[in-house]
Amino acid sequence: MALLRITSPHTHRAGQRTSWVMQMVILATVPGLLVQTWLFGYGTLINLVIAGITALLSEALILKLRNRPIGFFLKDYSALLTAVLLALALPPTVPWWLTVTAVAFSVIFAKQVYGGLGNNPFNPAMVGYAICLVSFPVLMTQWIGASDLIQAGATPSFADSLAAIFGTLPSVDSYTMATPLDAFKHKEGMMSSEAFASIAGLQDANLSSWMFVNLAYLVGGLALIALRIITWHTPVAMLASLALISGLFYIIDPSNAASPVFHLTSGAAMLGAFFIATDPVSSCTSNRGKLVYGAGIGILVYVIRTWGGYPDGVAFGVLLMNFAAPLIDYYTQPRAYGHKKAKKGLTIGGEK
Amino acid sequence: MQSPQIFSFHGGIHPPENKVQSLQLPLGKPSLPRELVLPLGQHIGQASRPLVEVGAHVKKGQAIAINNGFLSSFLHAPTSGTIQAIESRPVAHPSGLSDICIILTPDNADEWTELEPLNDWQSVSKTDVLAFLAEKGIIGMGGAGFPTHVKLQGAHKHPLTHFIINAAECEPYITADDMLIREKTLELILGIEILQHLVEADNVVIGIEDNKPTAIAALQQVIRERQSSIQVAVVPTKYPSGGEKQLIKLLTDKEVPSGQYPADIGILCQNVGTCVSVYEAIQFGRPLISRFTTLTGDALKAPQNVEVLLGTPIDHLLDYADIEDKKLSRLVMGGPMMGFTLDSANVPVVKTTNCVLAATKKELPPPNPEQACIRCGMCEQACPASLLPQQLLWFSKSQEHEKAEHYNLFDCIECGACSYVCPSSIPLVQYYRHTKAEIRDAREAAVKSDIAKQRFEARKARHEAEAAEKEAKRLARQGAAKPAAKKPAKPAPEKAAAAAAPVADDAAKKAKVDLAITKAKLKKLEKALLEAQEKEHTEEISALQLQVDAVKKDIADLEAKVAAAPAPAASKPAAPALSDEAKKAKVDVALASTKLKKAQKQLAEDPDNQELKDKVAGIAADLKAAEEKFDKLGGNTKAAPAATAKPVLSDEAKKAKVDVALASTKLKKAQKQLAEDPDNAEIKAKVEGFEKDLKEAETRFAKLDSAAAAAPAAKPAMSDEYKKAKVDVALASTKLKKVQKQLTEDPDNAELKAKAADFEKSLKEAEARLASLDTAPADQATPAAKPAMSDAYKKAKVDVALASTKLKKLQKQLAEDEQNSELQGKVVEFEKNLKDAEARLAALEAPTAAPADNAAPAVDEDALRKLKIDAAIAKAAVKKAEKALAKAVELGSEDQDSLEQQVSKAKARAEELEQALQNGGQVINKPAEANSNGSDDAEFKERLKKQKVAAALAKAQVNKLKRQLDADPSAESLQQELSAAEQKQQEEEAKLEQLTNTQENR
Repeated sequence: MALLRITSPHTHRAGQRTSWVMQMVILATVPGLLVQTWLFGYGTLINLVIAGITALLSEALILKLRNRPIGFFLKDYSALLTAVLLALALPPTVPWWLTVTAVAFSVIFAKQVYGGLGNNPFNPAMVGYAICLVSFPVLMTQWIGASDLIQAGATPSFADSLAAIFGTLPSVDSYTMATPLDAFKHKEGMMSSEAFASIAGLQDANLSSWMFVNLAYLVGGLALIALRIITWHTPVAMLASLALISGLFYIIDPSNAASPVFHLTSGAAMLGAFFIATDPVSSCTSNRGKLVYGAGIGILVYVIRTWGGYPDGVAFGVLLMNFAAPLIDYYTQPRAYGHKKAKKGLTIGGEK
Repeated sequence: MQSPQIFSFHGGIHPPENKVQSLQLPLGKPSLPRELVLPLGQHIGQASRPLVEVGAHVKKGQAIAINNGFLSSFLHAPTSGTIQAIESRPVAHPSGLSDICIILTPDNADEWTELEPLNDWQSVSKTDVLAFLAEKGIIGMGGAGFPTHVKLQGAHKHPLTHFIINAAECEPYITADDMLIREKTLELILGIEILQHLVEADNVVIGIEDNKPTAIAALQQVIRERQSSIQVAVVPTKYPSGGEKQLIKLLTDKEVPSGQYPADIGILCQNVGTCVSVYEAIQFGRPLISRFTTLTGDALKAPQNVEVLLGTPIDHLLDYADIEDKKLSRLVMGGPMMGFTLDSANVPVVKTTNCVLAATKKELPPPNPEQACIRCGMCEQACPASLLPQQLLWFSKSQEHEKAEHYNLFDCIECGACSYVCPSSIPLVQYYRHTKAEIRDAREAAVKSDIAKQRFEARKARHEAEAAEKEAKRLARQGAAKPAAKKPAKPAPEKAAAAAAPVADDAAKKAKVDLAITKAKLKKLEKALLEAQEKEHTEEISALQLQVDAVKKDIADLEAKVAAAPAPAASKPAAPALSDEAKKAKVDVALASTKLKKAQKQLAEDPDNQELKDKVAGIAADLKAAEEKFDKLGGNTKAAPAATAKPVLSDEAKKAKVDVALASTKLKKAQKQLAEDPDNAEIKAKVEGFEKDLKEAETRFAKLDSAAAAAPAAKPAMSDEYKKAKVDVALASTKLKKVQKQLTEDPDNAELKAKAADFEKSLKEAEARLASLDTAPADQATPAAKPAMSDAYKKAKVDVALASTKLKKLQKQLAEDEQNSELQGKVVEFEKNLKDAEARLAALEAPTAAPADNAAPAVDEDALRKLKIDAAIAKAAVKKAEKALAKAVELGSEDQDSLEQQVSKAKARAEELEQALQNGGQVINKPAEANSNGSDDAEFKERLKKQKVAAALAKAQVNKLKRQLDADPSAESLQQELSAAEQKQQEEEAKLEQLTNTQENR
């Protein structure tokens, strides 16, 4: 009778492993993925396949180089999640090599070089995204327009999407137009109302396409909260601060600023709030810290959208707050049981 | 009856309860096992002491082990039978280690011992009830096993607002408390009432989870029937609501402050099992010999609760519950969240065993491989202590213990909720346990090293004291040899005195040694005090202050004793007092010279230490003074062969002297305080007061002393004046020293300089006066032997002293300001002056020595001593010059050559003097050789001294080289030289040691 000798606890929550967490997050992106594919063509799905293969291959390569068990780590689905998030964030028509570059960079440099899962200080997907945004700004800001607004008059077919991605479609321009955020950013001194009336990218059809995409991500995000995979703190703080600051400027100057609804329903607002900013590894860890962290991202997103050089700011907002996360963690420890107040700061052993 | 308000606590988990299995069958009563194994340590605290011997027959309920200290408990025989053994057996402990157990073989008669209930528990004092409970072996049955009487006593610290009965039983699988409440509802309520009588809390609340509806209903019914004020608080099922701190939060919304106990916030918690056993103990006098235990797990065919005798082996119980051995994969004592695994089933049930979980592999699967922490924060959401487990894991893994503590690692209750929810299957609790243990180890190591340090210091002090004692003994031997040598020249009564003196001397020496030890203790304590003050440990400070005061008092006592010790000798007839004093002076001389040697040694090791130099100078001065005194006393003895006993007056003189000593001690203490806190006006005033006291005491003493001296009629009143002058000199010199010290601290203070000059002048005057007076008695006492020449001699001596003082001062200044060529010039000048003066002195001494010849060997001795001092001074000069040279080398100065010349000159002089010294020693020894073997001794001493000098020189050389090497670490030649010098030093030191040993062996 060889009895097992291990320390307590002897029982563990069944099934809810890290791979399960990653799978759930991937599954939660499905509504957004479907809506995006419905509205903007099969490009996203094709990107997803390319990204997935790249992620698994590069992860396996590095694991081999690092002499780690490949199967064990590939099964945690974390590389696949990075690939999915990147595929959703990249424009549907980007050439295949750009997707490969972004994903490989994410997995190899933003994650594995730091020591693999759990050790990366920055959100890997956003590192890859930012690298490509900086390196190939034109390709990264070309987005498919709403079908009844563009020249082609329809979303690209599967064949056209494939052709666009593998560089054989010369008429890719006929499918693309500026995203609402991009269009609003380049309204060139027009009043808001004029811009919404005259610019193609700001037509109702385009706005509502983006709204549907964002709503789909919201649904997925709420599911994650319901599953207790993420807490409400980061997304709520981020969306609230984004709404608050955009509302503030909208009240001050309605003729030039966009409404909070516009900000919340365009670009990567919801994807960022529920899927990007909530990456646990690179974000803050305490509940209070998550609030600060999310609020910081919301403000940065608005700042970059309004005064920065890029139409959307989720990637940079998240990366900048990743820098700040460890510091925020030091100042947002929860008050432990039996302590009058929470410990704070970097000094050790202040309170005994 | 309204149910009380329920609050909530952070975190918590909802693991599968698995409580149904063990509630299917009614309470079981296993048969008596073949033997009962009763560990002596079933509770927190000291293990019990066995009361019975192997082979003894005990009855059921008879005490077989008694408490061993305050935090301990009794142990009783669970059934009647024979004590088979008292030996080490494996016990139920997470460590899996064995412990001492009493092995009882039942006789199956199950015969009770006579039980004495405490029927009048309401009328007897509460202390008696607590003592009764202690005797019945009642301890907390919830898990920790804290002796109940101790816990109840602690509850009296604060008025209790809540008395909470913990019936939550939040761990999965366990139903022992549930079953106990169902079976013994009334007993439980009565037990609670007894405890309530003892603790008198405002509220009595039973906290119970809502997954025990039967038990809740039973409780409420009994409470209703009895119209009791006990409340039943039904809390939602959530692990770990049964944790003491969590239950308190649930029922009172208060939190037990970190590092404190519930009693500190007026709350007492007791487990239901404890309450029932309290009732049974008081009502029936039944000690704690059995308990309810849950036997559960899928490996058992008949999971159930049992009332089991303590000491029953687990395998007996497993058999009772039909275990399927093949299915068993993990045997857990306690629940699945906080229980610990057992190696084998042959361990016994103890007072805190609430569950035995025989789990199959399917039921409790082995943990999954650990994955990386993704900081998902699920652990944080589950932590009932509101910690950040993910951060703690990080710090534990990277061994950042301070950060882990900062993140409140020690508030972790090891409930396992974080591990339970961790998606990466990280055994978080195990990491925390490990880190906690490491931190505790580190703390213990720190304490240990502190103790080691203290021990080392004590050892050092002891060695110093031993060395002092040895030195004193050596001197005593010498002292004994000398009077013997003089014996034929002296009248018979002296002989008696000589014999009597050592007795008193011994006492004095002992007192002195004691004093030295006490002083060392004081130094240590003061150091500790200073440290404590620096670290602001308030409690330690006051405790240390008390100790310091006590030791200071001891020192004062001892000093008084030391001063008084020779007094008894004074009452003895036949000129004891004088010789006694002489002895004392001699001891003083010896002590001073020892001190000097030690200080010089230290100085040789650390030549740059200004403080040490000052000390050496001070001690040298002391030594000189002591020597002078000794000489004088020795002279007096010879000069006044009257040898009649000193009158009673002398006693008073002694008293005055003690006063002087005390006053001076006080003064010194105050001055020391002043040095630490120079701005404190109060202390200054004190110092002045003490100074005045001291002066008064000294004057009184001087008066008495002189009167005493006057009594023998040999010395006229003039002597009084002499004493006064001497006191003046001493005072002036003290003042001067003080001012000079202040001056070194604040060299720019013109006022101080002026003062110093004033004091110097007055000192000179006083010295001159003293010298003139000194010569007078000398003239009278030995009218023929010493003519006026002596006057010139004294003056020359004063000149020498002055010149040397000045020189020293200048050298000191020079050390502070090396580049000052003016000062250097002056130094050279003074050195010349000094030499002149010394030469003059020597010239004067020579004729003195010549006529003295046989009659006054003392004079010769005197000259020798002078020579010795000269040699020492020369040696010091050599050292100083060498140091200057080293510095010059370091600085790359141009006067290196001249300095080197100086060094060689000084060395030459030192050698010369050494030579002279040796010659002189031989000269003196020659006449002595006739009647004693003292010359051997002296020669030996000379060799020893020379060896010492050689060792010191070698050491100095090593030091010099080392310093040079520091400045230029790449110089190979220097390294070679250094190694050579070190070798030489070792050789010299070895020789020295040999010599010292030989000397000690003599």
